[in-house]
Amino acid sequence: MFDEKELKKIEEIKSRYPESNAALLPVLWMIQEKHGWISEDSMKYVGDLLDISYEHILGVVTFYTMFNQKPVGKYHLQICTNVSCMLRGGYELFKYTSEKLGINNKETSDGDMFTIEEVECLGSCATAPMMQVNNKEYYENLTNEKIDELIKKLHEDSQSYTKAH
Amino acid sequence: MMKIILKDIPDLHKIDVYETNGGYEALRKALKEMKPEDVTEEVKKSNLKGRGGACFPTGLKWTFMPKGNEKPKYLCCNGDESEPGSFKDREIFERNPHQFIEGTLLACYAMGCKTAYVYIRGEYYKWINLLQTAIDDAYKKGYIGKNILGSDFSTNIYIHRGAGAYICGEESALMNSIEGKRGYPRVKPPFPAANGLWGNPTTINNVETLSNVPEIVKNGGEWFSKIGEPKHPGTLLFGVSGQVNKPGVYELETGIPLMTIINDYCGGVLDGKEIRMIIPGGTSMPPLTREEALTIKMDNESLKAIGSSIGTGGVIVMNEDADIPKVLERIAHFYYHESCGQCTPCREGTGWLLRILKRINKGQGKMSDLDLLIDISENIEGNTICALGDAAAWPVKWTIRKFRKDFEAKIPIEEFDLPVRNKVHSLR
Ligand SMILES: Cc1cc2nc3c(=O)[nH]c(=O)nc-3n(C[C@H](O)[C@H](O)[C@H](O)COP(=O)(O)O)c2cc1C
Ligand code: SF4
Ligand code: FES
Repeated sequence: MFDEKELKKIEEIKSRYPESNAALLPVLWMIQEKHGWISEDSMKYVGDLLDISYEHILGVVTFYTMFNQKPVGKYHLQICTNVSCMLRGGYELFKYTSEKLGINNKETSDGDMFTIEEVECLGSCATAPMMQVNNKEYYENLTNEKIDELIKKLHEDSQSYTKAH
Repeated sequence: MMKIILKDIPDLHKIDVYETNGGYEALRKALKEMKPEDVTEEVKKSNLKGRGGACFPTGLKWTFMPKGNEKPKYLCCNGDESEPGSFKDREIFERNPHQFIEGTLLACYAMGCKTAYVYIRGEYYKWINLLQTAIDDAYKKGYIGKNILGSDFSTNIYIHRGAGAYICGEESALMNSIEGKRGYPRVKPPFPAANGLWGNPTTINNVETLSNVPEIVKNGGEWFSKIGEPKHPGTLLFGVSGQVNKPGVYELETGIPLMTIINDYCGGVLDGKEIRMIIPGGTSMPPLTREEALTIKMDNESLKAIGSSIGTGGVIVMNEDADIPKVLERIAHFYYHESCGQCTPCREGTGWLLRILKRINKGQGKMSDLDLLIDISENIEGNTICALGDAAAWPVKWTIRKFRKDFEAKIPIEEFDLPVRNKVHSLR
């Protein structure tokens, strides 16, 4: 599952902690960045790698909401609806995006392009409403128009990606 | 207004700009002229209080760490920042990461920690990368690592990325998360200074708390103790959000009137409307009414005096348009979602609070529900392993006490108790 370079990286991560099972979270992150989610096979693989039981890993994966336990769309749109965003139209933005893509909370659109999810405060309350894409980029001060533009752009990115590969 | 952390210096996040503006001088000074206990002494003198929410005196906390070196000692820097309405630590990672790193190094020197872990919420991918760049640069220049600046002091700093769990901001859950476990809070005692990471002495400090330390070491604790409100001195990074014209992070001295922050810095309330409710320090803090907001000063002593607290300094402003019971339902949903489930009062109680608030908002509530909500809150409060239980209970209890009319307005008339119903009939 991991190549030579990645295995070397894991050794470096292990050296940061006095006990190697502390490397579990960083290694699970590596799995998710590579595969988009964490499967049962991945958990078993990580268990062998770090000498941790599968049960313990399953417990950890199910505890942390950012670890995907099933595949998500190519673009995982996480829209905050907590108080500060709610006061600035977070729910309306979520509804708009959900209707535009024709999917409900935690659903994935046809062709596995988009998954949308209502999430808790992302620490970006001054630039509400906002969302995060693929656990990475923040998109702030959003409006319906900005959602239109972004979704159009993501569609284009995806097409040019498919063409290039 | 004095600025200690978010100084108006362009490109301060770059190591050479930080250095030309006096950066890493406090570390140099400490390593050359001060014993570790002298650093702790200055921090004690400064009267710096923790910025992570509990306002615990930082210098005092450091003295809880054992002196000797029988066991390895650890520092955890808390950058979990997941309390709704809080977004200040991210500003430090972006605008002045080296001052945070220098503060971390000084804390490690003072307490004899050879390793510091910076716990950052998993969503802060961008800010984790920004801080990692700063850490890498500091390693290259010999500020972190072995024999720092030629001394016999060595420390490593590592970032540990969270993965989406508010509870991991609680200090003992944070340690479990670093150890690669589920983020369950631990029963205290034992306290972290005696039994923390892997059973070793550990101190946990917030990112903003540590970022104040270099200036304290450079200018002396007494200097710091005179800034702002003496009982809670220094500046705070107020994160203002909600219905104001210019939301954002403002570094201001403690004791500043809340209305000065809103009117002079945030451009006033959105649409020129009246204030309805203000949450002063993240969603777990009891809210303020308009009347309270008009006169309150923003420091922990003043807020404590009216039954609230400064928390994380995350100010959420609501104007007349806000639907208070809906806001409270959203807050209750958050704590229900984030409860780790270890204690029955918190696991079950947060669900009850949410379900009752939901039915009230649907117009299916009863008058007795309001007292029931307060009753449940009071049964959660103080009966749990960690303070998430209190954090879930306080906003419910105090919002209903202070804004009861807003909730009553959602109760259908047939659900009023008889005498009240008659009264309302005659009013209508
Ligand atoms: C549920 C819960 C969440 C918390 N989240 C944070 C957090 O995100 N950041 C933080 O610094 N402290 C948080 N705290 C407080 C920490 O437990 C701890 O008191 C703090 O990090 C100590 O640092 P300080 O003394 O510098 O304030 C939280 C506490 C609780 C109960
Ligand atoms: S109070 Fe809640 S979050 Fe804290 S340990 Fe108990 S169940 Fe978990
Ligand atoms: S409430 Fe949405 S980012 Fe904080």
